[in-house]
Amino acid sequence: MLKARTAVASRPSARRWLAAAAGLAVAVSGAFHTAQAQDTIKVGILHSLSGTMAISETTLKDTMLFLIDEQNKKGGVLGKKLEAVVVDPASNWPLFAEKARELISKDKVAVVFGCWTSVSRKSVLPVFKELNSILFYPVQYEGEESERNVFYTGAAPNQQAIPAVDYLMSKDGGSVKRWVLAGTDYVYPRTTNKILEAYLKSKGVKDEDIMINYTPFGHSDWQTIVADIKKFGSAGKKTAVVSTINGDANVPFYKELGNQGIKATDIPVVAFSVGEEELAGLDTKPLVGHLAAWNYFESIKNPANAEFIKKWQAFTKNPKRVTNDPMEAHVIGFNMWVKAVEKVKSTDPDKVIDALPGIEAPNLTGGTSKMLPNHHITKPVFVGEIKADGQFDVVWKTKGLVPGDAWTDYLPGSKDLEADWVTLKCGNYNKVTKKCGGQGS
Amino acid sequence: MRSVYDHIMALVVAVGLIVGAVTGAHAGAYEDALAGFTADSFGDTVDSIEALTASGDPRAGAVLEALQDQRLMYSAESKKVFLKAKDDKLTDAETGEAVASPPADIDNVRLNNRVRGALAAALGSLTLMAKEPSRRLDAAQAVFKSRDASALPALDKALAAETDARVKKALGEARAAILLTSPDASAEDKVAAIPVIAARGDQDALALLDGIPGDAPPQVAQAAAAAKSKVQGSLAVWNAVQNAWYGLSLGSVLLLAAIGLAITFGVMGVINMAHGEMVMLGAYTTFVVQELIRAHNPALFDYSLVIAVPLAFLVAGAVGVAIERSIIRFLYGRPLETLLATWGLSLILQQAVRTAFGPTNKDVGNPSWMSGAFDFGGITITYNRLWIICFTLAVFVALLGMLRFTRLGLEMRAVTQNRSMAAAMGIRTARIDALTFGLGSGIAGIAGVALSQIDNVSPNLGQGYIIDSFMVVVFGGVGNLWGTLVGALTLGIANKFLEPYAGAVLGKIAILVFIILFIQKRPRGMFALKGRAIEA
Repeated sequence: MLKARTAVASRPSARRWLAAAAGLAVAVSGAFHTAQAQDTIKVGILHSLSGTMAISETTLKDTMLFLIDEQNKKGGVLGKKLEAVVVDPASNWPLFAEKARELISKDKVAVVFGCWTSVSRKSVLPVFKELNSILFYPVQYEGEESERNVFYTGAAPNQQAIPAVDYLMSKDGGSVKRWVLAGTDYVYPRTTNKILEAYLKSKGVKDEDIMINYTPFGHSDWQTIVADIKKFGSAGKKTAVVSTINGDANVPFYKELGNQGIKATDIPVVAFSVGEEELAGLDTKPLVGHLAAWNYFESIKNPANAEFIKKWQAFTKNPKRVTNDPMEAHVIGFNMWVKAVEKVKSTDPDKVIDALPGIEAPNLTGGTSKMLPNHHITKPVFVGEIKADGQFDVVWKTKGLVPGDAWTDYLPGSKDLEADWVTLKCGNYNKVTKKCGGQGS
Repeated sequence: MRSVYDHIMALVVAVGLIVGAVTGAHAGAYEDALAGFTADSFGDTVDSIEALTASGDPRAGAVLEALQDQRLMYSAESKKVFLKAKDDKLTDAETGEAVASPPADIDNVRLNNRVRGALAAALGSLTLMAKEPSRRLDAAQAVFKSRDASALPALDKALAAETDARVKKALGEARAAILLTSPDASAEDKVAAIPVIAARGDQDALALLDGIPGDAPPQVAQAAAAAKSKVQGSLAVWNAVQNAWYGLSLGSVLLLAAIGLAITFGVMGVINMAHGEMVMLGAYTTFVVQELIRAHNPALFDYSLVIAVPLAFLVAGAVGVAIERSIIRFLYGRPLETLLATWGLSLILQQAVRTAFGPTNKDVGNPSWMSGAFDFGGITITYNRLWIICFTLAVFVALLGMLRFTRLGLEMRAVTQNRSMAAAMGIRTARIDALTFGLGSGIAGIAGVALSQIDNVSPNLGQGYIIDSFMVVVFGGVGNLWGTLVGALTLGIANKFLEPYAGAVLGKIAILVFIILFIQKRPRGMFALKGRAIEA
């Protein structure tokens, strides 16, 4: 190995390449650390700009830049301008932890907005605990977690999965009796499906009426599974698919559904990871009527939403740029952070963490979301049907806002747990043993 | 479009008269039914659809058609329902008069899946006697699905008048399905219906037979049990056929992705980690071609893939030649460094595409001849998979022919078998190296055109195929195109027969373990090259 390395370095052409590559690397990293003004508050943005997750996370980076730009136009926070510090963890989970450490200790950011996958969040958790900083996490996730340093602005399972299943069981949703739980093989679908399975059984659904199926990341050959779903669905009882299939695998999945002629009126698919952004890469005409459950849809008519979309499209200089649910979560989270900082007149993490519970910020669908003591927020839940133009038509919504529940009531290990960082100062308080640290981390 | 509309109107009048005569419609039922559309509630809309069908009013069909096309408008304030014509003109659904100034709060009557289902059933029973056989077939199938007992009189009438054999069969099946599920039908009717259903031999038939309650009359239960075992037998056979077909289809995709690698890795011995990115470039070429066609000449859309194939070959091939000339030619005989250099190159290409086109998926449409499916016996064959199998075989044969019969092919084989001898014979080996690498890359580009039809076009497209491609080439035998063919099809079919039992994740693991064991036993793959060439 050593021999090979010296061989590269000693060859003139190879050395030139190395130099050029190093120069490029410096130029790229330099571009993100723009000239630093004297007195600014730094905001860290920890979203993958390359690799597998870039498809989803790049938009969130743009959203944060947009929000910071808007806030600076209003005069910044505490009389100081905000300054974005963007790093690229490149869809590489250990790199997330490294970059988080870099943001907090080297760049001294006051707060970090970032992560998408649960595994990236788990990877940065120890860093945020150790260095005592704040992370806003904007994506719907499997729950079963509440940390002092993390604020979860995406949906917990009771704010997305369970209401969606309730809708399908209702008369308007088609009185579904048979369920396919299809997901990508990793922690979010596995946990969500475990919760859903327990929930369905508590509603009297029998074992033989639930089919669970997992596929690898980026699965592209859906023929067998779609045929299985078709077979499962032709047993005479109304069937629906609950899909926790992740990102890239969705396009071939929906294409196969369309081609095999499974219409939403026969077997509706309700997805928890498919939004406006994902549909932008698809011909949606064969998919009309399939469903998605979110806390926000671009098509929701509301003055706040209309203004946000207008400004966002102007900021990105793209009149077709869509908005989606995790973007709204960042909007809410960012505004909550600004309010908390202004309330305590400081960006000191301890003060801001203590100030955040109870802070309210308007969401884009006409309500006011509130940060709860368990570091989750209240959100409305919507079920939308895919329209031919790639947008969603809201067919159902919850009455009022649903408070996020960190620990689900449907799993034996977590139903006794409670998170409360205000009075109990604990993320996993066991109500039965009256002790902090019952289960989980 | 106009004439179809007229047909529907005429038909609605006819059906209206029939249904009206049967149910004895009372005046005002139509008007009462319309009121339900103004409530903006899916439940009320469904009730209204059922009431409209039952009213037998000649105007009902037009309202239902409008509802399906999202042309039915309502105003909650004035409690009025309007029909919007194709030219945006509004007419009052109740009076049929044109409306000059619509109310301010006018909106679409909204649909959801439940409403769409009820609508399909209602339109199904209304269009059973449409002029076009295809519409009648759709109607019969809609009734088969809805099993709506109230459609029985209309069904009998349509059955008596039907001349088209296919439609007649569908109507008969719809009638049998209604009889089997209806608690009022006599035992004789049910026994007669069972063979009609059993003849379908599919899952729907099995579900219908399964649905017969246990306390049915003995002759019905007996006939159902016999029919059921027959249907199950034929389903088992078709299941195996289906697995084989899916395996063939997966195998063809693997072959298409691997065939370019069989040239660059198999023939030239270059471990080309950027192979997947050549596939991706081909897919993006398809996207660009489709965008240009959409912008300038939408009529050509169905030919977009035919246009994209040579362009993708040229783009990916040119990039391949450039890579060979600028990087790989310095690294021949140093496999580790080639591996690292091409891997770095693959990252650069991915990020370049991400910067140029953005990180999100691109919408590559299916031409009409590649969408949809047809039923072949008990299996569903989708057109896109069928065409990809044909296309893969065509590419394979063309490549084989090129290597065997052209001068370039001869020179390629000569250079890879014995470089110094070929050079001594006057072949410019450097030029052949570049062309061979370009050929392999170009074929990867062509694969990208096909894969854009079934996978998502994003910068990560190639990554999903690189491992599988190497697996196929190594398993089949390095340096042998036939090995690649047999390897790809074997892996595809094995995967698809494993998947129903082991699941997609375990199936994939099992295949990998199998290949590792196989390579232990036969390190040179299934079809090993013999002779001196391999020692070089």
